[in-house]
Order: sequence, then structure tokens, then C-alpha cells
Amino acid sequence: MSAAILEVENLVKQYPGTTAVAGVSFSVPEGVCFGLLGPNGAGKTTTIEIMEGILPPTAGEVRYRGEPLGARFREDAGILFQRTALQDFLTVRQSIALFRGLYAHGLEVDELVRLCALEKLARRDARKLSGGQQQRLLLAIALVNDPAVLFLDEPTTGLDPQARRNFWELVQSIKARRKTIILTTHYMEEAELLCDEIAIMDRGHIIAQGPPRRLLHEHFAEVLLELPRQEFPPAARELPLNIIDASDRVEISTHDLEATLRTLLEARVPLGHLRIRPGNLEDLFLELTGKELRP
Amino acid sequence: MMRRLLSVLHARNLEFLRDRGTLVFTLLLPVMLVIGMGFVFGGPERGLFKVGLLGDASDPLAHPFLSERYVEFIGLPQQGEALRKLTHQQIDLLLELRPPERYWVNTDSPKGYIVEKLLLAAEPAASREPVTGAAVRYVDWLFPGILGMNMMFSCLFGVGYVVLRYRKSGFLKRLHATPLSAFEFLSAQVLSRLTLILFITGVLYAGIGAVIGFHSAGSVLLLAPVAVAGALSMIALGLTIAARFSSEEVVGGLLNVLTWPMMLLSGIWFSLEGSPRWVQWVAHLFPLTHVLDSARAVMLDGAGLAQIAPHLLYLTATALAFLAFGAWSFRWRID
Repeated sequence: MSAAILEVENLVKQYPGTTAVAGVSFSVPEGVCFGLLGPNGAGKTTTIEIMEGILPPTAGEVRYRGEPLGARFREDAGILFQRTALQDFLTVRQSIALFRGLYAHGLEVDELVRLCALEKLARRDARKLSGGQQQRLLLAIALVNDPAVLFLDEPTTGLDPQARRNFWELVQSIKARRKTIILTTHYMEEAELLCDEIAIMDRGHIIAQGPPRRLLHEHFAEVLLELPRQEFPPAARELPLNIIDASDRVEISTHDLEATLRTLLEARVPLGHLRIRPGNLEDLFLELTGKELRP
Repeated sequence: MMRRLLSVLHARNLEFLRDRGTLVFTLLLPVMLVIGMGFVFGGPERGLFKVGLLGDASDPLAHPFLSERYVEFIGLPQQGEALRKLTHQQIDLLLELRPPERYWVNTDSPKGYIVEKLLLAAEPAASREPVTGAAVRYVDWLFPGILGMNMMFSCLFGVGYVVLRYRKSGFLKRLHATPLSAFEFLSAQVLSRLTLILFITGVLYAGIGAVIGFHSAGSVLLLAPVAVAGALSMIALGLTIAARFSSEEVVGGLLNVLTWPMMLLSGIWFSLEGSPRWVQWVAHLFPLTHVLDSARAVMLDGAGLAQIAPHLLYLTATALAFLAFGAWSFRWRID
């Protein structure tokens, strides 16, 4: 594994009456896409903002290439916030040029426009872009300094499926350039597709960390059986199985597929529409963080 | 229909009542204005004539003219300044109280003619020194005031609200994540607004000046440092207000609290000569007062750099102080 480009040590962030981050430590190897996952209020945005150097921690430290965050980090980091407004009355090209002017080194504006597929929008008022176009522009701005480390804080929230997939392709092309990416997201599909390593946060703590496949193997070795809810007899709910209600279906997670199937057949549960699938990152996420709605 | 209307009305009223900033300023500002205007323009009735006095009357009873009704007496320590006012008909007569008793009167002034009759009736032995000079037209006197007022609004609101909008929208937070420092950001805002103000003020000076037929008595070039120092001071004041707050109501209220007293006390519309001393002292805290005093000195009296230097120094010092405080208290993001 490459050396750590970012090291987070015992990070704590307290606000009056609440602790948003409660002693988090991890390191990010150079060249990987590192995902920070967690339910609302888990502390991921606070953690990432401290890592970005825009929010001071109550305690703990973040080091970039072994040094505390400083001028070198600001020159080397690219950031895409959850919500960012740009200066009014500027075109796409002018918005990129504004941020390009803030860095000593970086990519040419034309190259950024091309990289983020903004050629046809370059002269358009930046306020008149769709959600997906706006995110591509913000990604171009995050890349103006050809960053060694790129922070993407929930970059596809609110985008339609096409725009989301288009954005993923852009991120993969950036990954191919051996950039380190720190990604927070609510979309497990996104994390599974893009991240080489993830950390799952809950209530200010990291509760699991590692490559997605390894985490699944370690924490969620079960398979899932899915049955339509209307075909699942009420009496079968009394069976000694791990039964989970989903919206239109019933899920049963198990380590022993053969024994579970035998139990269902003996209880005369119709299995005509049975689907069997391995656990995914979302299942793992729900397993670790629970299913109750967060305030 | 009434139910829907009442529903929206109730929600809007709750919003207004819970928005403490707006509520406080909506109630407070008119009260402050009434109190302020009462202090400034209250007190005894002003006289029909203005007479300047050089020196102190050791024995007021020896000067029966000083007990004349409807005459406002204004102490003027500098003879040169007093004569300038008389020449411009800003006072109607100038009387020296020290012996030998003498007076100056502007022979072009109708009010000077009347007040001279009153003086001679009371003190027939006073010797006469005639001067001449046309009254400064009100429009000429008002012209620097209008330019200064435009400058004040543009500097304070133009900068204050822009920085506030940047902070609320998250644009400042995004800039904070770059190598840009607070000093660089604030300097860029100052220079941008300064350039705009100088251009607009230059265009207005040329345009309005041509329309009203105004000719500056002093060097027009001297107005440049006045405009630069004045705009810098007021832009920096706007930045100081917007440096920290994230609420339009608070920033708007504070800007109003600053602009209204400046509108009334800095001499945009009328001279504060003859108003209480403390009012004049307060007025001289405002940058706009120094801008207008120095601009009028150049434009109407032909003053040179040495005469306006104290104003320029004050404006430069306040600009630096406001900028330093603004940079120190600046916040990139909403706390």
C-alpha cells in the first residue's frame, strides 16, 4: 500500500451541547478513493471540513504528507462542497478562470472545460446550469490546481440517475490520473463503484473501515432471500429466521441458505418469486448503523 | 378564501415577530431619528440674520448690539475664515469686539444692508470695512453633498451587502478553501469598489457640473485625493460592518444606523453652522463630513492641499483603522 497522504489523529469536534466528532483516527493512502459513509448527523461533513482545513477541530490533528495543514495543503487540495454558490453574472469559463487565478500552478482553463465536458456550456451564465451541469462546473473548479487530493462532499446528492452516472464517469477518469479522492456520500452504489476503501461513521465514531469487499466479508457474510410481501404468509413471521420488512418485499438474511430454504418449504411459503442475492454495501451499512430514522 | 388569506397573514406575522433584527430596527430607527432630529434642530429659534463675532466680548453690556433680537451671533476665531464666509454671504456681517471696534459688511448682500442699519443704530461709532462677493448658489453648495451622498451609499451598501451575500451563499466558504487570504479578498473588494466609485463620481462631476454650470474655485486635481481617501474610509467602514454578521436584518440595520446620521449631520443638505457644539463634534466623527468639508473647501473656496490635509489625514487614518478591524474580525463562513 502507498504511504499515507492524509493522517487524521484523535479528531474531536464539539459544539455547545453536542459532540459531532468523537475521537476519529484514520489515514488515507495516496492514490486511493476513500469513502466516508454514515447516516445524517454521523459527523462525516464535520470530519471532512476539518480535513479540508476550513473548520478548526476542538482536539486532534490532520496531517498532509506528514505536516500539519498549511499553505502547501491549500495549494494541493481541491474541494467540492455539498452546496457551493458561485459569483453571480459569470460564465462557466469565467468562473473556472476566477478560481484558476487563486493558485500558483494548475491546469489550463480549456483543459478543465474539456475534462469536465463543459465545452458547449463555456459561455453560459453559471446560474443557468442544470444540477448535473452545475456539479460538473464545481468539479472543474475543484480541479483547477490539478490537486493531489480531491474532496468530494456528497457530490451527486439531488442529481438525476443520468447526471449521477455521468459524474461517476468523470470521477473515475480522475481516479485514473492517480489522484487521491476523499468522498462522502449517502449512495452506497456510488461508494461501492468508486471507493477503494471506506470508513463508516456513526454518532461521531468510525465503526468500520477497510476495502468494501473485505468489510462485507467481515461484517456481512450472509446472503439475502427476497420474497414479495403479499406472498409471505403472516404465520411464517413466527419462523425462527432473521426476517426484515422492506417496502414491497420481505428479506431474510442467513449464513445457511440450505437450512433456511428447508424451513420455508416446510412452512409452505410460496417460493415462485424467490430472489437470492449476496449482501451489498447498503445491507452492511444498515446492519452497522441500524434502521431507525435519524432526527 | 378568507381562511387561506388569514393563514398566510398569520404565518407572515409570526415570521416578522420572530425576526428580532427586523423588529428591533423597524421600531428603533424611527425613534432614534426623531430623538436625533429633536436634539439637532431643537432649542431656541434661529435668528433672521447671522453676524460673525471676532474675539470675545469682555463686557457684553458694552455692546448693546449683542442684545438685538432675531440676530444669531456666531463666534469665528479666524479672521480669514470669517471674511471668506462674509464674501460668500454665509454670514451677513462680521463684527470685531476688540477695540478699535469695527465691522465688515458685504455690500452685495441685501441682508448685510439691513443688519448694518441695526448695528449702527446700536453702536454708531463702529468703523466700516466693506467687502464684496456674490452668494454661493445653493446648487453649487449642494453639488459636493450629492456626490458625497452617492459615494456613501455605494461604499457602505455596495460593499456591505455584497460581502454578506457571499457569506450567506457559501461563496466565501468556497474561497476560504483556496490559498486566498482574508486580506487579499478584502483588498480586492476595496479596490474594485474604489475604481467603480471614482469612475462614477468623475462622470457625475463632469455631467452635473456641465448641467448646472459649476466651475471649481480650486484645482480639480485636488478632488482626486479627497475622493480616494473618502471612498476608502467608507468602503472600509462597510467591510467592518459586513465582516462578521450573517443576517441581512442586522447588517441592513447597522448600515441604516450609520447612513442616516451621516445624511443628516454631515452637511449634505444644509450647513450645521450654528448648531450645538456637541452636534458638530459628532458630525466630525463621520468620514462623510470630512469628505464634504474638504471638497467644498476646494470647490467653493479654492483651498489648497495644506488646507485640506487634516481632512485627508483623518480619512486615511479611519480607512486604515476600519480595514484593520475588518480583517481582524472577518469570518469566511456562517458560525
